[in-house]
Amino acid sequence: MTVNMTKGQQISLQKSDGGTLTAVRMGLGWQAAPRRGLFGKRTQEIDLDASAVLFADKEPTDVVFFQHLVSNDGSVRHTGDNRVGGAGQGGDDESILVDLQRVPVHVNQIVFTVNSFTGQTFGEVQNAFCRLVDETNGQELARYTLTGGGPHTAQIMAKVERSGAGWSMTAIGTPANGRTFQDLLPAIASAL
Amino acid sequence: MTAELVRGQNHPLRETRLEITVSAATPVLSGSTAGETLRLDPQDACVHRFPVELDAVPASEERVSVVLALPPGVRFGAVAAPYVAVLGAGSGAELASFTIDGLGDESALVALEFYRRQGAWKVRAVGQGYAGGLPELLRDLGLKPEPEPKPDPAPSAAQPVAGDASGWSMEERLYNQVWGMFEDLARTIAGYRSAVGFAESRLDQELDRALSDPRTRVGPAAEAARDQAMARHTDLVDQARAALDRDLAQLTAEAEVVEPALPPAYAGWDSPVWHGYSVPEEPSMAVRVGELHLPEQPALRIPMLVRLPLERGLWVDSAQDRRRGQDVAVALAARLMASYPVGAYALQVIDPSGSASAALAPLVGSGVLREPPATGAAGVTTVLSRLTERVDLVHMALRAGAPDALPPDLDPAEQLLIVNDFPYGFDDRAITQLRYLADEGPSAGVHLLLIADREDAHEYGPVLDPLWRSLLRLTAVPDDHMADPWVGHAWTYEPLLPPHGSQVLPLVLRQIAAARQAYGS
Repeated sequence: MTVNMTKGQQISLQKSDGGTLTAVRMGLGWQAAPRRGLFGKRTQEIDLDASAVLFADKEPTDVVFFQHLVSNDGSVRHTGDNRVGGAGQGGDDESILVDLQRVPVHVNQIVFTVNSFTGQTFGEVQNAFCRLVDETNGQELARYTLTGGGPHTAQIMAKVERSGAGWSMTAIGTPANGRTFQDLLPAIASAL
Repeated sequence: MTAELVRGQNHPLRETRLEITVSAATPVLSGSTAGETLRLDPQDACVHRFPVELDAVPASEERVSVVLALPPGVRFGAVAAPYVAVLGAGSGAELASFTIDGLGDESALVALEFYRRQGAWKVRAVGQGYAGGLPELLRDLGLKPEPEPKPDPAPSAAQPVAGDASGWSMEERLYNQVWGMFEDLARTIAGYRSAVGFAESRLDQELDRALSDPRTRVGPAAEAARDQAMARHTDLVDQARAALDRDLAQLTAEAEVVEPALPPAYAGWDSPVWHGYSVPEEPSMAVRVGELHLPEQPALRIPMLVRLPLERGLWVDSAQDRRRGQDVAVALAARLMASYPVGAYALQVIDPSGSASAALAPLVGSGVLREPPATGAAGVTTVLSRLTERVDLVHMALRAGAPDALPPDLDPAEQLLIVNDFPYGFDDRAITQLRYLADEGPSAGVHLLLIADREDAHEYGPVLDPLWRSLLRLTAVPDDHMADPWVGHAWTYEPLLPPHGSQVLPLVLRQIAAARQAYGS
C-alpha cells in the first residue's frame, strides 16, 4: 500500500502486522537531463541531493549528506552522491538509510530534505520523486512527486519523529531555496 | 484384486502409472526416492496421496522406494501401524497394500520398493525401519538429506560468529570483522557521548531559565524546577547508557569469539595460537600493532590491525620509558618477521650507542638478526647508504619497467630497519637519507621502525616535522593519542608486549631461525 502523501499528512510508521518499523529508507529519483545532439556534453547536468538532519529537541546534532555520508553514531547512512540522475524509471538515485533502532536516544526528529545542487528548479526537473520505504521488506510507505513543484530549488520533504515507543512520519513538503542543507536550516526549523 | 503383502513379499504390477496412499495414525512425512532424487510430499499429514510414474524413471535407476518419517521425538512403536496402498492411476484399482507392523524405536522407514525385473516392474513390501530417523534412512539409500530451510534468527538474538564479514579468505574476513567492530564501537560511543552532551547542555539551559525567571528563582518553585530538570537529565543519560550497554554487550560477545579465532599475526601475545606458531607460507595480510580502547569500556579492546606491507614507517615513542620502548619495538619486529615466509623479510638494526643491546638480545641470540647491530656514526652511514642504494635501484628498475633487472645479489626480502635512539649518531647527510627512506622506502620494500624521543631531536627544529608526521606513532606506554577515521575519538593505544615471564617471544624467534635453516637460507 503506497500513500501518495499530501502536505502535512501524518502517518504512523506501524507495520500492518502491528510491529513498528525498524529501518526506513528515503529514496530520491529523477531523470537525467536529456542530451542535445553533438554538443551533448554542454547540456546541464541535474544534481539533486538528499540530506537528513538529526535533531535533539530543536537543536541539530548531526547531518547526513554527500560530504558526510554516515552520521557519527552510524544510524543514518547515505548510499552516495549521484550527480546526474537516472533514467527516471522509478529507481532511486540517492538513498538515505535510517536504522531507527540505532538512532541515539536524544535524537527525536529526523528531517529529510532535497536540494537542487545545480540550481534547476523542480519545475525544470523531469520525473523527480521522493519516497519512503520500509527497508526490511522493500514496501513503499509514502511517495511524493516533485516534478512540477514550482520555481523553488529545495524542499523539506518529511520528518520522522519519535512517538511513544515507535516512530511516526509527517509529510512536510515545504518548498524552500538553497544549494545545500545548510541553506535550509531556517526553513527546517519552522517545520519542527 | 488386492494383494495384501507381508514383509519381504513381492508382487508383479500390471500398471506403471501408480498412486500411492499412505495412512498413519499421526502426521508423517512421506515421499518416494529414485536414485539420488527424494521427492517428499510437502506437508506432513495422516494421509498422503502421491503419484509414482514408473515409466518416467530413468533407465539407469533400478528401484523406487516409498519412505515414511515421523516428526522428531515420535517412534513407530508408539503409534498404530501405518498402511500403504498402491493404486493403478488409470484403473483406480488397488493393486497391493502393506500394513507395516512390528516396529519399535524406528522413526523412519522404507515401506515399499518398486524394482525392475526382466523389463517389468514389481513391488516388494520392505518395512525396513531406522532408529536414526530420516537422515539414517537417506544415508542407507545413498542420499543426503536436503538441508531444511532454517527460520531466520531474530537479529537482536544473533550469536556472534568469528569471520562474519566479507572477504575472500578467513584472514580477510577476520580483518574486516575487526575493523567493523572498531567502527561499531566508535559509532556507538559517538551516539552515547552525543546524547550525554545534549542532556548536559539541556540541563544547563533549563537551570538558567529557572534562574532567570523571577517566579522560579527561589523557594519551592525553584526547587521543583531544578528537580525536574535534573530528572530529565538523569532519565536521558540512563536511556543512553542502556543503549550503550546493549551495544557493548554485543561487541564484547563478538570480541570473545573473534579473539581466539585470530591467526598469530592478528593475535595478542597471550593468545594460544602463538604456541602453535609455524612460519607461514604466505605473507600475512595485516599485523596487530597494539590494542585500542575508550574510557567508556576499557575492558573492550579492539586489535589495531595495520595492513602489510607497511605503507608508512613506525615510530615507537620512547619518551615515557626508553627501555620499554625498545622492548615494544623488538616485539613488533619479531611479530613482523613472524608474519612473512622464510626469506621474505629481513631485519637490520642501527643502535649507534649500543644502548639497546639488552633489549635486542632475543633477536641477536636467536640468529634472526643476521648481522650485529650497527654502531657508531660509521655504522649509521654504512647501513643507511646500503638501504638508500637499494631503494634507488628498485625505483630505477620500476621506472624503467624492468623490475626483473635488479642485480642478482640484491636481497629480494622486504627490509625492516630498526633505528634506536634516533637522532643519536646521525649527521645531516644521515638525516636526509633517513627521511628519504621514510618517504620512498615503503614502495621499494624498505620499512622504518624508529625508537625515539622527539625531545632528543628538538635542536633540528621543524626540519624533522615531516618525518615525524610520516610515521605511525606508537607509544611505549598506554596513551590516548590514536584517532579513528570515522568520528575522531581519542583512543587509548596500548602497545603489545608478551606477558611477564612468557617465553613466547624466544619460542617464535627460534621457530623462525629453525625454518630458515631448514630452507638453507
